[in-house]
Amino acid sequence: MNIVFVLLFVAAAIAGAVKGDVKAVGQGAFDGAAQGVTLAIGLVGVMALWLGLLKIAEKAGLVDKLARAVRPIFRPLFPGVPDGHPAISAMLLNIAANMLGLGNAATPFGIKAMEELEKLNPTPGTATNAQVLFLAINTASLQIVPTTVIALRAAAHSNDAAGIILPTLAASFCALTVGVVSAKVLERFWK
Amino acid sequence: MRAALELASGWVLLLLLVGIPLYGWVRGVKVYEAFVEGAKEGFNVAVRIIPFLVAILAAVGAFRGAGAMDALAKVLAPITGPLGLPPEVLPMAVVRPLSGSGSLGLLGNIFATPGLGPDSYAGKLGSILQGSTETTFYVLSVYCGSVGIVRYRHALAAGLLADFTGLTASVLIARALWS
Repeated sequence: MNIVFVLLFVAAAIAGAVKGDVKAVGQGAFDGAAQGVTLAIGLVGVMALWLGLLKIAEKAGLVDKLARAVRPIFRPLFPGVPDGHPAISAMLLNIAANMLGLGNAATPFGIKAMEELEKLNPTPGTATNAQVLFLAINTASLQIVPTTVIALRAAAHSNDAAGIILPTLAASFCALTVGVVSAKVLERFWK
Repeated sequence: MRAALELASGWVLLLLLVGIPLYGWVRGVKVYEAFVEGAKEGFNVAVRIIPFLVAILAAVGAFRGAGAMDALAKVLAPITGPLGLPPEVLPMAVVRPLSGSGSLGLLGNIFATPGLGPDSYAGKLGSILQGSTETTFYVLSVYCGSVGIVRYRHALAAGLLADFTGLTASVLIARALWS
């Protein structure tokens, strides 16, 4: 991440200098910084709503039940997470919300999952294997109906706005497979 | 198909919103107190991820503002064109891991360009690409930021490999179906 951070700024400086528009580099950085705060603050409402509901589900024993139900799938993938741990149900809820395209529910569940996984982390500040695998699943963007893209296509008067559903699903599935496999394989080389 | 699936999403949302408090209440949970206790965390989490989001979005903002994205796309175009990734879609592929709204804007551009549109090869490829890849840098910043993780280990590599696979698969599928 350190390399990426420096590289983005250096590339920006070079491109700006070549184009003779150095001011745009600074302006871009300021705009991005402001956008970061807007995004985070915009999350407060939905985050509070879903974390509140999650707390009810937790106290009602629903979270525990869910974790037990998916144990056979999650155990081989996340060997470091004990059976029935709340991280399992949070991860499951995040993945389910993503698949259904409930983006604003997926983020709070995902953050909750990261927090629960962090409780099992012997080295705070450094990602565990389970956390990296969970992130890899999230970056594969598995969604049954890509609603945003379909809406945009329909708005542009497409003759077959929804025709991209299956091809998208197939490509997502390839990405998911590679994401999971590479998280599992690479964990041996990154200590 | 699409209407049915969207309807299903709506019902699932409703089921969660109504079902969780109802189930909790039936099980004897003090639902209001529990909700408020959980919701309190919402603000803290959002504030905690601010520095992580500012770091990545400022860097990406500078990169885009300087036009480095277009320059990179120009360099890559002669290589990717013959592989089935046309020059109109290439900028999307470059922007995608860095900015979701940015790549969606570029997709909208392709749709609005006369001679291309949503049903052209570029329009369809762009659509699959947008749906099968993720804003990896944003996801990592938010999720790692929420728990204070600064050393991502192999998370970035795995995420970008997944994105690259999504891109490759999109091109291969689009070529097989529509070219």
